[in-house]
Amino acid sequence: MLKEHTPLITSYPGLLAEHARCKPLLDSRLETGRTTGRRQILVCGGTGCHTSESALILENFQKQIARQGLGSAVKASATGCFGFCEKGPIVKVFPDDVFYVQVKPEDVEEIVDVHIIGNQRVKRLLYEEPQLKATVETQHAMSFYRKQQRIALRNCGLIAPEDINEYLATGGYLSLGKALTEMTPEAVIDVIKRSGLRGRGGAGFSTGRKWEFGRNYAGDEKFVICNADEGDPGAFMDRSIMEGDSHSVIEGMAIAGYAIGAHRGYVYIRAEYPLAVSRLQIALAQAREYGLLGHNILGSGFDFDIEVKLGAGAFVCGEETALIHSIQGERGEPRTKPPFPAQSGLWNKPTIVNNVETLANVPAIIARGAEWYAGIGTATSKGTKVFALAGQINNVGLVEVPMGTTLREIIYDIGGGIRGGKEFKAVQTGGPSGGCIPRQFLDTPIDYESLAQIGSIMGSGGMIVMSDKDCMVNIAKFYLEFTVDESCGRCLPCRIGTKRLHEILTNITEGKGTPADLVELRELSAVIMDASLCGLGQTAPNPVLSTMKYFWDEYEAHVLHKTCPAGVCQKLLRYEIIPDKCVGCTACARACPVGCISGAVKQLHVIDQSRCIKCGACMAKCKFKAIYRH
Amino acid sequence: MPRVNPKPQERVLPPETYAELDAFIAALHLDREDERRKESLIQVLHKAQHLFGFLPEEVQLHIADAFAINHAEVSGVISFYNYFTTTPKGKYQINVCLGTACYVNGAEKVLQEFEHILGIRSGQVTEDGKFSIESLRCVGACGLAPVVTINDRVYGKVQPGKVQEILEHYLVEASGEEAPVHA
Repeated sequence: MLKEHTPLITSYPGLLAEHARCKPLLDSRLETGRTTGRRQILVCGGTGCHTSESALILENFQKQIARQGLGSAVKASATGCFGFCEKGPIVKVFPDDVFYVQVKPEDVEEIVDVHIIGNQRVKRLLYEEPQLKATVETQHAMSFYRKQQRIALRNCGLIAPEDINEYLATGGYLSLGKALTEMTPEAVIDVIKRSGLRGRGGAGFSTGRKWEFGRNYAGDEKFVICNADEGDPGAFMDRSIMEGDSHSVIEGMAIAGYAIGAHRGYVYIRAEYPLAVSRLQIALAQAREYGLLGHNILGSGFDFDIEVKLGAGAFVCGEETALIHSIQGERGEPRTKPPFPAQSGLWNKPTIVNNVETLANVPAIIARGAEWYAGIGTATSKGTKVFALAGQINNVGLVEVPMGTTLREIIYDIGGGIRGGKEFKAVQTGGPSGGCIPRQFLDTPIDYESLAQIGSIMGSGGMIVMSDKDCMVNIAKFYLEFTVDESCGRCLPCRIGTKRLHEILTNITEGKGTPADLVELRELSAVIMDASLCGLGQTAPNPVLSTMKYFWDEYEAHVLHKTCPAGVCQKLLRYEIIPDKCVGCTACARACPVGCISGAVKQLHVIDQSRCIKCGACMAKCKFKAIYRH
Repeated sequence: MPRVNPKPQERVLPPETYAELDAFIAALHLDREDERRKESLIQVLHKAQHLFGFLPEEVQLHIADAFAINHAEVSGVISFYNYFTTTPKGKYQINVCLGTACYVNGAEKVLQEFEHILGIRSGQVTEDGKFSIESLRCVGACGLAPVVTINDRVYGKVQPGKVQEILEHYLVEASGEEAPVHA
């Protein structure tokens, strides 16, 4: 029935009718808890699960359904990221709300037999709460989801991203329809301003005010750019939104275009995200086919279309002026601001640049109102924020929580605590521009201001958890290596300063640091922050300064005592054999890649310290715990 | 305004690949008078690298002429972006993710193991041209850290001990010229 339908929608009432037509597609998904009726199986198709053969899982479901003649009782499709990447691939069965984890292609038959036909649960594939040591059947009961509130991720794990009908079923594009037919551009800007939405790319500037600038600057041509150049290592929320719900970003861009008076949009997306690029292109083609992009959208007289531009692997292109240069086909170097892009951006025309997550929030705000959104969050930071939890944490994944949620709630209640029973040491937020937050601030409610106060930033939402097994000096060095690589070279303080910072940190981690180096780290950091043109340089020393502030003892240990308390910095380590425990099995000597362990069978073995490369292979091989590191 | 670029040296890359690139460029309908034509430059470079595997001077000159811009502008863009390379990569391109999540989960040791087994450093190609090793920054699959990609295939939760096993498929393939069989 759906196939014979003419897709072109030419008016707002037509769109409402289309929404009503598509709505039954999601019936069983929105009314969870029912246990009868037609079932729907959703298989996660995000990058993480995709890599773990989720496409094959879906194929197997479709084969099984066809083989058993279950087509009228159940439908299987791919969806966007559920966020629980740690336990992927994820399979969810609606309306039962049952959440299966770490599913393998060969498990499909059992799920169909036991669950779909037999109405039972496949117990071994249910998630087990580590704290309770009990399996949880439904997604709503999982502690990972209980404290989350999904607005930007509202459709990820709910709809099939490659089917615009499912997006329409959720009420998709109704906000665009409402804006175009019932609201003036000024009214749209006013709603976004009052909602308190701030840029989710990191800096946190008021989205409504940015749009207002874009509207007020005159120009014969204006542009909307979606910044999907998600470069912070460890951040993957924009990728997941693009993969799971591209239409919400497209709709957000069209609304932004209407608000500022632009007719052309660009999505600048990383070439490293092929799946996201392909989903976005599919969504754009569908939106054009339905008349939701193009000329005279919904008969309103408003024209808008979007073009995709691929990045080419330059972190600095996340900075808006660099990004604009890159779209123009130039080297992606930033320039001084002002003029801000809202005044003079792409091809020197008024341009607004918004982040993916920011734009994904827009349709929800137009649909539910500024007051609703402003009612979530803290005094200065409204709404929710998506964080990518990674590092030494049990539940690696994507979480969306109201602003003001504490770090402890995110790391322990949602993230399930530290992996392998290790101790929490720090959480790094904001990527290479951010800082490391120590234990004493675990109860800080997260918003833009509170994170800045403790020496970090919100950034795009990467959250890397570190344990007592991570060396903070080494982590600072890691981030500096990143900025050295990614500095575009335009400003001397950034180009050469970060290189010097990295050299000093390398010396310290190799036991060659002096107390004077610690003074120099601080001075150099101050100069780089003051004298760099763009955000990359201005924030590059943050990882150094925050670790020096909170983990001074580790710097001292490296410099004064030439030891690495976490046992990470190889050059400061010493491997030794405990005579009492060595049985002379020769396993270590055979494992040693440089042959620096000597000793006959059943005799005490000895490590030649002058030749040891400190790789740790011997310690890993010893079954008698006879080798220790200090 | 068309500009004069140095005469290309003798081309060594296959004419049919150039023809494919030209067809792609023709479809863009570049207007040589329009200052905005360079908007498509990065897209064309992506395509050219996909076709040729790398972007040597002869390809750069060809593209500069197609856009009616200076060779220096093309070369400047290529040298700025990490994604573009002017030297050939290995048949199997090994990329070890050194994003933060992978790094704190031991990606550096994984990289060292690849270097050790293949006898080349990151950024180099093996003598037979089969393997090259690079590090990259975050593929966004942090749930699978540490992540390694070899051409289009992604390997998750790679430990140093698993490197040999992963490489074996490709080593067998490299000697037998058969497509690798994945477990």
